Amino acid sequence: MYEHLETAENRDSLKRVVVDPVSRVEGHGKVTLLLDENNKVQQARLHIVEFRGFERFIQGRPYWELPVLVQRLCGICPVSHHLAAAKAIDQLVGIDPDNLPVSADKLRRLLHFGQVLQSHALHFFHLSSPDLLFGFESDISKRSIVAVLAEYPDIGVQGVKLRKYGQEVIRMVSGKRIHGTGAIAGGMNKSLTKAERDYLLEDIDQMITWAEGSVALIKKVHCSNLPYYDDFATIRSNYLGLTKPDGALELYHGGIRAKNEHGETLMDHIDYCKYNDYIHEEVRSWTYMKFPYLLSLGQAQGWYRVGPLARVNNCDYIDTPLAEAARVEFKAHSGEAMVHSTLAFHWTRLIEVLHCAESIKVLLNDPDIMGSDLVAQGEKRYEGIGVIEAPRGTLFHHYQVDENDIVTKANLIVSTTSNNMAMNESVRQVAAEYLSGRELTEPLLNNLEVAIRAYDPCLSCATHAVGKMPLQLELVDAGGKLIDKLVKHSDGQIERNNA
Amino acid sequence: MPKPVLLFGYGNLSRGDDALGPLLLEYVESHCSLDAIEILSDFQLQIEHALDLENRRLVLFVDASVACAEAFDFTVLEPARDKSYTTHAMSPAAVLDVYQSIKKQLPPPCFLLSIKAGKFELGEGLSANAEHNLEQACSFAGRLLSNPDLDFWLKQANTVLSA
Repeated sequence: MYEHLETAENRDSLKRVVVDPVSRVEGHGKVTLLLDENNKVQQARLHIVEFRGFERFIQGRPYWELPVLVQRLCGICPVSHHLAAAKAIDQLVGIDPDNLPVSADKLRRLLHFGQVLQSHALHFFHLSSPDLLFGFESDISKRSIVAVLAEYPDIGVQGVKLRKYGQEVIRMVSGKRIHGTGAIAGGMNKSLTKAERDYLLEDIDQMITWAEGSVALIKKVHCSNLPYYDDFATIRSNYLGLTKPDGALELYHGGIRAKNEHGETLMDHIDYCKYNDYIHEEVRSWTYMKFPYLLSLGQAQGWYRVGPLARVNNCDYIDTPLAEAARVEFKAHSGEAMVHSTLAFHWTRLIEVLHCAESIKVLLNDPDIMGSDLVAQGEKRYEGIGVIEAPRGTLFHHYQVDENDIVTKANLIVSTTSNNMAMNESVRQVAAEYLSGRELTEPLLNNLEVAIRAYDPCLSCATHAVGKMPLQLELVDAGGKLIDKLVKHSDGQIERNNA
Repeated sequence: MPKPVLLFGYGNLSRGDDALGPLLLEYVESHCSLDAIEILSDFQLQIEHALDLENRRLVLFVDASVACAEAFDFTVLEPARDKSYTTHAMSPAAVLDVYQSIKKQLPPPCFLLSIKAGKFELGEGLSANAEHNLEQACSFAGRLLSNPDLDFWLKQANTVLSA
């Protein structure tokens, strides 16, 4: 591991390089490197300017507003927050997941499959495919979906249409592509009409075909340079996520399973309402984002990864045939029980896209999604916990309310927080193995961003007003003098100022 | 078949003046006939929004802007491969460019109504200035949408009302 690069001893004498903000991720983060006189990396950190004020923002609001309010956290995965909050407030009205009406449960799952599909498609095709198709150190003008559309038009258009399809699923189920109001306490507020169902069925076979093609594409890309892809940013870690009772991949509801780097089970079928007994969060002074860890292993050894790589590593099988075949092939490419390659996040992300497309088809052919029994009600409770597998990993929503149904306490552990330590480790691995000792250039520094981007981090609530991603790279010598500066302005224009 | 006029407002309702675009949509929903108008909203423009332009006669994007000199600005959009595609929030001109790449044809006539904004704090409502600007922009948008004619819109373009 590379924890020795978290804090350098003689920091004042080192050169400082800042990549700020990291681009093509959702939100705002920055990387700092401290280099000695030979450009050897002595310290590497990913700092998160993570927005953590939302928990306070929702205190004092009535609980039934939560599924709508929390969607404002993010423009990319609002449905995940919507559903995690809905699962939590189900409990506030006395409804456990097993008591949710069948139609409501299936509609929520359909909504979630649409969400994961569109989010994964956005990430792979829009944000990551330029790196994978053109190379990590390619010219910056090529690192975009527009360049992919120009040089690989079929792939580019498929990516656009896969994302669009996922959003159409969301729109049909919840009324809007974002900020829909489908899930309410104890169920759903509408089911699908036959016309809506038939509309979505029209294109689903095409989506499955394209999803299969995308899995074949990432397998080809990954295996074309297997040693590199299996090594780049790769770290050995624990993995955590939900699974079904029989161990199958699960995105909407299940028990917590964690495995160690050797594939040995650390915990299984844990009721997520008891997450506080198993997961704690550590604070470090140099970043706003916390570091969750498994209590049983302690802070140093207990950090873990979540998200598609964790889910595919952790599950025993996938219950849709094409995705299961892809999972078996994926696992076979590695000689180990667990696949640790960080770039394999992309491969597993696309296996999940295929699983989502197959699952959407199954649900669209299930008459329960047009059912009318949509809401259940039980005895009021004062605490609710909802956990879901969001596109980026396990997402925890935990609320307490008073006798007037007002939220008095909220705690959210978002997926990216769980991957905080892992992202820092991957940054250090790349810094140590690929950058150290070399003269740093913007294309070379993109390697750091490629490592972070593999996790698909969502670093803050996405809003176009604050999401315009200016990037500033400064090279400062050991004496503190600025020797080079590269600026990407908020409109994307690049400017170099040699000091 | 989609409705001939697309009204697309974008921004985050929870971020102060960033809500201007979606709030204008609310005005239109309650004050205008929607027989020929489809209303869409999102946090930010993304590449797939190019597909929403298909088979439209007129498209109006609405956004908050810190760059407006006056209460609002109304401009004609042309496809442009600017650098916004390197971010996760595209400009409307870049969306039009993607439309050309995908469809291999010119996009429909597209316009941008920018409303002057100043504050974007989480959990805040509109600033007083933004409320004033929104009122003027709503009135202007109402006139546009009640006369969905390309020549009329072109004549209005680049005219700026004083605050």
